[in-house]
Amino acid sequence: MTLTLPALRTRRGTSRARRRPVAVLLSGGFLVVVAAVAALAPVLAPHSPDATSLLDSFLLPGAPGHLLGTDSTGRDTLSRLMYGARLSLLAPLGVVALATIAGVTLGLLAARGPGWLDVLLSRAMDVVFAFPGLLLAMLAIAVFGRGLTAPMIALAIAYTPFVGRVVRSLALQESARPYVESYQVMGFGRLAVTLRHVLPNLTPVIAAQSALAFGYALIDLATLSFLGLGVRPPQSDWGSMIAQAQPALLQGLPWPAVVPGIAVLLTVVAVNVLGDHLGNSVGRTGERS
Amino acid sequence: MSPSAAAPVLEVTGLCKRFGTLTAVDDVDFTLERGASLGIVGESGSGKTTTARILVGLERATAGEVRLDGELVGTSSRRQRVAQARRIQMIFQDPYQSFDPRLTVEEAIAEPLRLHFRLSAEARRRRVAELCDQVGLSERNARALPRQLSGGQRQRAAIARALGIEPAVLVLDEAVAALDVSIQAQVLTLLDQIRRDTDISYVFVSHDLGVVRAVTDTAVVMRLGRVVERGPTEDLLRSPQHPYTRLLLDSVPEPGWDPAAVARSNRALAAAADAPGDLA
Repeated sequence: MTLTLPALRTRRGTSRARRRPVAVLLSGGFLVVVAAVAALAPVLAPHSPDATSLLDSFLLPGAPGHLLGTDSTGRDTLSRLMYGARLSLLAPLGVVALATIAGVTLGLLAARGPGWLDVLLSRAMDVVFAFPGLLLAMLAIAVFGRGLTAPMIALAIAYTPFVGRVVRSLALQESARPYVESYQVMGFGRLAVTLRHVLPNLTPVIAAQSALAFGYALIDLATLSFLGLGVRPPQSDWGSMIAQAQPALLQGLPWPAVVPGIAVLLTVVAVNVLGDHLGNSVGRTGERS
Repeated sequence: MSPSAAAPVLEVTGLCKRFGTLTAVDDVDFTLERGASLGIVGESGSGKTTTARILVGLERATAGEVRLDGELVGTSSRRQRVAQARRIQMIFQDPYQSFDPRLTVEEAIAEPLRLHFRLSAEARRRRVAELCDQVGLSERNARALPRQLSGGQRQRAAIARALGIEPAVLVLDEAVAALDVSIQAQVLTLLDQIRRDTDISYVFVSHDLGVVRAVTDTAVVMRLGRVVERGPTEDLLRSPQHPYTRLLLDSVPEPGWDPAAVARSNRALAAAADAPGDLA
């Protein structure tokens, strides 16, 4: 086992690293474009996202001046999609940043700290892990009122074990490798070894896990907006666009809902493809002989 | 550094280590003079690696003590930890696994220098080059990642890294066991040369009697955690007194080797010691 398995992994790791799959390149490119469009929405958007025009309501995609059509009040879907991308991307990014910082800290403390702390943190993370993030976010809204802050913090807490558990188990694995002991013999302290050697060797996996969490958080936040609990009316994200298009959907006019739905879908798929790639290419840096 | 030149640099008395009900190391004593080289010989399970790990502070002894330059091993404070690292260093069996895979060889060698010595960046760079030169690593090797080097080069790098700390004692745990025979010889020659050039002492842990003969003056033979025989390495190998030492010698395949006879004495020894026959 120990003789053949790492050899296989190494080979796969390097070949994947050399020629990045097309899907990965496409996903990366797509996300860069989405982020750029979100940042430059005021420049790029052909219309104001809030300009209503009842004469132009329910135009189909491809209508002159409205590339992706309009919704029930005649607002330009493309412009709304561009502006909506800002909150749709920023909010899950905030969630993931918080969850990653907390998860890495707790995971490393559990793996490299004293035994009782590991028991305590591991059980705590198991409990939070078993709790659906969306439910936690709705609870937070029930307690603290509508708005983005409360559900973002709630989701960050919910996703902390998603990062933390992986960091803990990999840090334990890493600690068992002789180089960690060799640094101990050389006189380095536990904290220094953890931060300078264990953590950097885990970064590809942490990045992968965070990317996956970003996808889930995006869906959760869109769901909250869809339920009318997240983003408040003057602001809008993709989730609230789908929610507002619901009545039209029932009238047999699917486009205003389908377009933001596709945006959510493509973004989540792209993030997942990138996350998977990062996770699989760990072999490059953390390669074992 | 030492209080007196005559005092042994390493002194081990009544060392015991129990893991649950298993006694891995049982009342082991030995001393090591400055500049001397001691072999610890035995099969897997004889407690030799556990002994080595206690010496460098990776395991805590259940009983007994280890003194380095008169100081007890076993540290808590940062200052003690750093001071102990200056006295004893260890070379591990698998040279690749003892390096952080992300760091180049020269970065890895520079790291402990930063911890133990106040050197300017330029002086540190010179010292790294000097260490690489001392163990026979080229500049190109020094800039490589551990995975880009061969086993022998990695072990040279590990030796350079340990020497950089200028320890009084170097513990080598099966340090050449993972290398090809010809590379083994090169590394052993290097170790011998370093000992002649400096007053470093070696504790050489190995199951390989040929290797032990090449680099040690004295040796202890361990079996089931106990020292069963000790003495000058040459004498031990030429006229072993304990049946276990004889068995170890007979177990080396060479012309006239008789596996059946080895198995017989193995069984006899196990029966005599009233211990399970785990020597096969």
